[in-house]
Amino acid sequence: MAPLLVARREIVTPGDLLAEGDLRPGDNVLREGDRIYALRVGLVDLDGNRVSVVPLKGCYFPKPGDLVIGRIVEAGLTGWEVDILAPYPALLPMSETYAKGHASKTDLSAIFSTGDLVMAKVMAFDRTRDPLLTAKGPGLGKVFGNRVVRISPMKIPRLIGRKGSMITMLKRETGCRITVGQNGVILVSGSDERAERVVVEAIYKIEREAHTQGLTDEIKEMLRKELGR
Amino acid sequence: MPQLSPEDLFRNGIRVDGRRWNELRPIRMEVGVLDKADGSAYVEHGKNKILVAVYGPREAHPKHIALPDRATIKCRYHMAPFSVEERKSPAPSRREIEISKVIREALEPAILSEYYPRTSIDIFIEVLQSDGGSRCAGINGASLALADAGIPMRDLVAACAVGKIAGHLALDLSDVEDKLGEADMPVAYMPTYNSVTLLQMDGVFTHDEFAAGLELAVENCKKIYQMQKEALRRQYLEIGSEGIEANR
Repeated sequence: MAPLLVARREIVTPGDLLAEGDLRPGDNVLREGDRIYALRVGLVDLDGNRVSVVPLKGCYFPKPGDLVIGRIVEAGLTGWEVDILAPYPALLPMSETYAKGHASKTDLSAIFSTGDLVMAKVMAFDRTRDPLLTAKGPGLGKVFGNRVVRISPMKIPRLIGRKGSMITMLKRETGCRITVGQNGVILVSGSDERAERVVVEAIYKIEREAHTQGLTDEIKEMLRKELGR
Repeated sequence: MPQLSPEDLFRNGIRVDGRRWNELRPIRMEVGVLDKADGSAYVEHGKNKILVAVYGPREAHPKHIALPDRATIKCRYHMAPFSVEERKSPAPSRREIEISKVIREALEPAILSEYYPRTSIDIFIEVLQSDGGSRCAGINGASLALADAGIPMRDLVAACAVGKIAGHLALDLSDVEDKLGEADMPVAYMPTYNSVTLLQMDGVFTHDEFAAGLELAVENCKKIYQMQKEALRRQYLEIGSEGIEANR
């Protein structure tokens, strides 16, 4: 198999030649002939024979199935417009909530009004139309009584960690409930305020240092020190 | 200031600012200097000082500018009123509108705008201090800011100019050299694809001078390209080492 021309986890910039030969192109790379180039600033990743760049910056791009936390912009006739921090406004139709009755006979702003936070899933999105949300499902719907943290959506995979290692560690060490929206909005709630504050700090630290190695252990140490355990 | 003649600008192979014919001015690049922008960069090319901010991809406004198959790219090159010796009116001039257009067209081939249909990518280039060659410096800063915003790009675009002073070919003209010289030719270039994305010229070059000039410009665009890559990497390497230090 053709080797990678750069080291794994190395920082690359747009236009960098990553591989030549039979490796397959993954995310954020471009294949031209048998060469694979980086499209974004990020870290090189090789999964089997698939070369990808894990981006360090960028906006949220909706994907069906994603859990997102958005803000109601406006109540319309049959549903709501929701800001999910993507380049496209999302639509949440009334039929995709547990609200009863007929949309034409209901005052939608009585259910969700401008400024409310909602947790929803992206039901459909194919770039030709705006993303469609659903709030039907366990835990979905209006959000209240949480700390809300916003980080770059590109750092969400790091916050979750490999097979959820980082997020499970955060939950275990602090006893807080943490809900991660793929669009970069995170909800934190816990029994004591101190733990909540420490989690928020840890999340910001993960965002800042997402590209460094051994971060899970570093965060664990920081949590233990802060919480005095 | 004493009146200079074109000959004064090029004596014994040395130019007014002490450079040789094939030398660039000192270049400084910084990425991620603005918090509120999605991507940003600050560049200095000699006395040029330029701030670039990139927003997007974001919802296109007004809605009718949105394209169904790709992102709209908007670009504004603007000179601050205090960027030149005589106060410049802050309203966009004919020249600025044209430069905005050519910079946009120099960057468009690099941006994979079809990844984000119906959105808009906005580039704001603010010249804080100007000393000739600001469109090239603006392009260099804009491609850094675009990369910093995480917008997918085929390659970074690097740009520099070549000109002619008193019959000599000279790289990266300053303002006074541009005004007294015989020709100026800005070139923007994507090294990975070996393609020129901007080529303008005013003044007169012979065919041979043009060929030699283009080669010189391309060669130096490659140098600038390396500096751009270095600038993009640097911001992350710095954060990385900070983290390690904090841990100790």
